Amino acid sequence: MTKLAFPFTEEKIRSLKMGDEVLISGVVFTGRDAVHKYLHEGGKLPPGVILRDGIIYHCGPVMMPQPDGSWKCTAAGPTTSIREEPYQGQIIRDYGVRGVIGKGGMGDRTLAACKENGCVYLHAVGGAAQVLAECVKRVRNVYFAAEFGAPEAIWELEIEDFPAVVTIDAHGNSLHREIFARSEAALSELL
Amino acid sequence: MEIWARVTLAPPYKLNTNIEPLNRLTAAQAGLSLGKIYMSQLQASLVELIRRTSAEIPNDVHQAILTSLENEKKGSLAANAIKIIDQNIALAKQKSQPICQDTGSILFYVDVPVGYDQIAFSEAAREAVMEATKKGFLRQNSVDSLTGKNDGTNVGPGAPAFHFHQQRSPKVSVKLVLKGGGCENVGAQYSLPNEKLHASRDLDGCRRAILDAVLQAQGKGCGPGILGVCIGGDRATGYELSKTQFLRRLEDRNANPELDALEQDILKTSNELGIGPMGFGGKTTLLGVKICAANRVPASFFVSVSYMCWAYRRQGVTLDAGANIEGWLY
Repeated sequence: MTKLAFPFTEEKIRSLKMGDEVLISGVVFTGRDAVHKYLHEGGKLPPGVILRDGIIYHCGPVMMPQPDGSWKCTAAGPTTSIREEPYQGQIIRDYGVRGVIGKGGMGDRTLAACKENGCVYLHAVGGAAQVLAECVKRVRNVYFAAEFGAPEAIWELEIEDFPAVVTIDAHGNSLHREIFARSEAALSELL
Repeated sequence: MEIWARVTLAPPYKLNTNIEPLNRLTAAQAGLSLGKIYMSQLQASLVELIRRTSAEIPNDVHQAILTSLENEKKGSLAANAIKIIDQNIALAKQKSQPICQDTGSILFYVDVPVGYDQIAFSEAAREAVMEATKKGFLRQNSVDSLTGKNDGTNVGPGAPAFHFHQQRSPKVSVKLVLKGGGCENVGAQYSLPNEKLHASRDLDGCRRAILDAVLQAQGKGCGPGILGVCIGGDRATGYELSKTQFLRRLEDRNANPELDALEQDILKTSNELGIGPMGFGGKTTLLGVKICAANRVPASFFVSVSYMCWAYRRQGVTLDAGANIEGWLY
C-alpha cells in the first residue's frame, strides 16, 4: 500500500507502477460524461476548479443537502471510465492532469497521454459507494449543478486514504491490455 | 359533510375491513379507485421495498461473494477488491444507504390478480420512487434523452419500468431489480450465425456468443458479474426475457437439462478466462449464469445477454389485502 498525497507531483506519479495499490489523500474533482464533452467542445472551467497537477474522479455521487447549506456525500463509487476515452487524453494534455480515478480502465489514447504527460489511471472498486463515501471528508464545492444535474456536476471533494489500484501507469503499462490479451488467449483454447 | 365509504375490490380480492372516512369523496369515486388507505399503505410498502433493495444485498448474492473471496489468492488485487466489496455491503446495510451510487434503472415485476388496478399501482409506485429519491435511497437517475436535463424526480417516460403479470390468485407480489448503467452497457445481443465468432444456430453457437460477451465485458460491468440470457425471441423480447432471469435465485438449477448444462459450463469456462473481480485478474469472473429460451421466427436467431454487476440488487415482497408487506421473497 503506497500513500499518494497532495501535491500530486510528476515525480510521485512517475514512481508508481502498474499493479500498485495506493491510498489517495487530497482534493479531487469529479467529472464525467457531461463535463468531458463540455471541455472537449471548448467550454471553460469555472474559476476554482484547478485540474493542473490534480486528479479527476469519474463519479456521479449521491449528495444530500444539509440544513446549513453544505453537502453530505452518501454514496461515491466510480463510474465506467471508457466512455470518456474520446476526450481524456486531450484533457490530460491541456490541463496537466496527474491522475484519473475511475473503473473499468481506459484505452490506448489515454495510455499514450499518461506516458507523455506523467499521469496515471487509478482504478477504484466499482460499486463500493459507501466505503468510498467514508473517504470523502468534506464536500468543498459544486460547479455546474444546475446545468448538468447532480450526478454530472463537478464536485470538489477532500478525500483521505481513498483506496485504488494503478492499472495504467505513466510508463505505457496497462493491466487492462494485459488481462484482455490473457483472457482472449484462454478463451480460444476453451472454445 | 363526511362520506363514509367502504372500498370493495373485485373478488376474490378482499380488503381489510378498516373503514375510515373519505372526506369529500363521492361514493362513485370511492368505489372506482383502489382506495386512499390502500394507496397510502402501498406507497409506504414500496418505499420500504426500494430502501431494502438499494441498501441490502440479498443473501444468495452475499454468500456467492464470500465464497469467491475464499477462492481468490490471499493478498491479490482480486482478494483485496472483494474485501472492499464485502466491507461496502456491511456499511450500506448499517447506514441504510445505497450499496452503489448508481441506483440504476428501476424495474418492477408485479404479479397481480385479475381485475387489479394496475394504473393506480403505477401511480403509487411513481410516488414511492420520488419519495425514496428525496430520502437518498435512490440517486437522481433519470435523464431526458432529448434535452439532457435531469429534473431530479427520478421519474419520466419509461422510468420506472413496469412488468405486470396477471395470475389466477388473490396474491399481489412485487419484485424490484435496480440495475446500474455500467453493467447495462456491457450487455450484448448477438445475431446468429455470427461469422467472426464461428457461431452457428445451435447451442455451441450460443455458447460462443455468450462467452464473447464475457470476454468483451472484461471488468467494465463491475464483476464478478451474473449473466441473464435469452436464446430466441425478437430484439425486444430477447433482452426483456434475458432480464427476467435475474429474478431467479443464484443457487437454483434450470429445469431444462440442456440449458442447465450450458449454464454450468459457461460459469466454469468464464472463470477459467481469469478476468477476475473488476478485471484485475483472478479466479472469479462470474457468480452465476441463468439462461432461458423463447420461440423465434425462422429468419432470426438472437442470443441476448444481459450483464448484472456484483451489486445485484434484487428483492421482492408479497402484499396483504391492505397493501402491508406480508413477507420478503429473497
